Amino acid sequence: MIRARIRVTLKSGILDPQGQTVSHAMENMGFRAAESCRMGKYIELDYPGDSDPQALEAEVRRVCERLLVNPNTESYELSLERLQDTAR
Amino acid sequence: MKAVVLVFPGSNCDRDTEHVLSRVAGCETRLLWHKEAELGEADLVVVPGGFSYGDYLRTGAIARFSPVMQAVERFAAEGGRVLGICNGFQILCEAGLLPGTLMTNRDLRFLCKDVHLRVEHAESPFTGACREGEVLRMPVAHHGGSFFARPETLTALEENRQVLLRYCDGQGRVTDEANPNGSLNNIAGIRNAAGNVMGLMPHPERNAESALGNAQGLKLFESLLQAAGEALPV
Repeated sequence: MIRARIRVTLKSGILDPQGQTVSHAMENMGFRAAESCRMGKYIELDYPGDSDPQALEAEVRRVCERLLVNPNTESYELSLERLQDTAR
Repeated sequence: MKAVVLVFPGSNCDRDTEHVLSRVAGCETRLLWHKEAELGEADLVVVPGGFSYGDYLRTGAIARFSPVMQAVERFAAEGGRVLGICNGFQILCEAGLLPGTLMTNRDLRFLCKDVHLRVEHAESPFTGACREGEVLRMPVAHHGGSFFARPETLTALEENRQVLLRYCDGQGRVTDEANPNGSLNNIAGIRNAAGNVMGLMPHPERNAESALGNAQGLKLFESLLQAAGEALPV
């Protein structure tokens, strides 16, 4: 099987109140304050192993750009990996 | 005026909106399930509030691909009037019918309270029954209502007089304290460049009758009636 891994993050300069709150919680717990804390989304899509990797990547990019990512506020990274079908 | 109110899985202000349009504003109003591909005869389409598709992925992100939204895009392109309330505003932004994005509230809280809004422009079909600078009190109920747009988009919105409503205090002063959710430029409601599509986070359908506190929300529906050459029933 081929697994597509998509990491969606807020573009720089966009306020991330969730990240700020997590960062404050770390500080309140006595941990060192991180210079920055940004939250995002992680999405895994699994496809049959006989898929053509190049065509698949192009298709997943279209899915990202049309549905999974709002280009106004978010950017994404995509990677594809071939896995043994039993691996999970 | 003939009005259509869309219904998505998770819409929850559809019936309130239908009630106000039909019983208070006197419009012939239909609820329309999102799987429908045609709007039928309509002068106004309202995309109501709620939590379409559970707000999964991003607010409005999945609803915008419902079959009915293609019909709404065609309707808007032909100059038809479209009003998006709360989740409806989020859906219209995701669909690209309005610029910008509604992001999580600045303080991460779900807000459910009355706010004050300043009417920035009264020459639109959505605000024609208001005075410019008039302060309206209206309820908000949202978790993702912080309006964001890139600097160039924001500049264009201001220059083209597309900002119709701004959060303000009771005296009409646009201050940071009066901004409930962190929206850029205190933006509560905008229209598209052509002027026929509006979105707003507050809920005018929730205070359109004096029995429910004040009837200031009715002014938006009254404006739409006026723009269609009609008036509120006596």
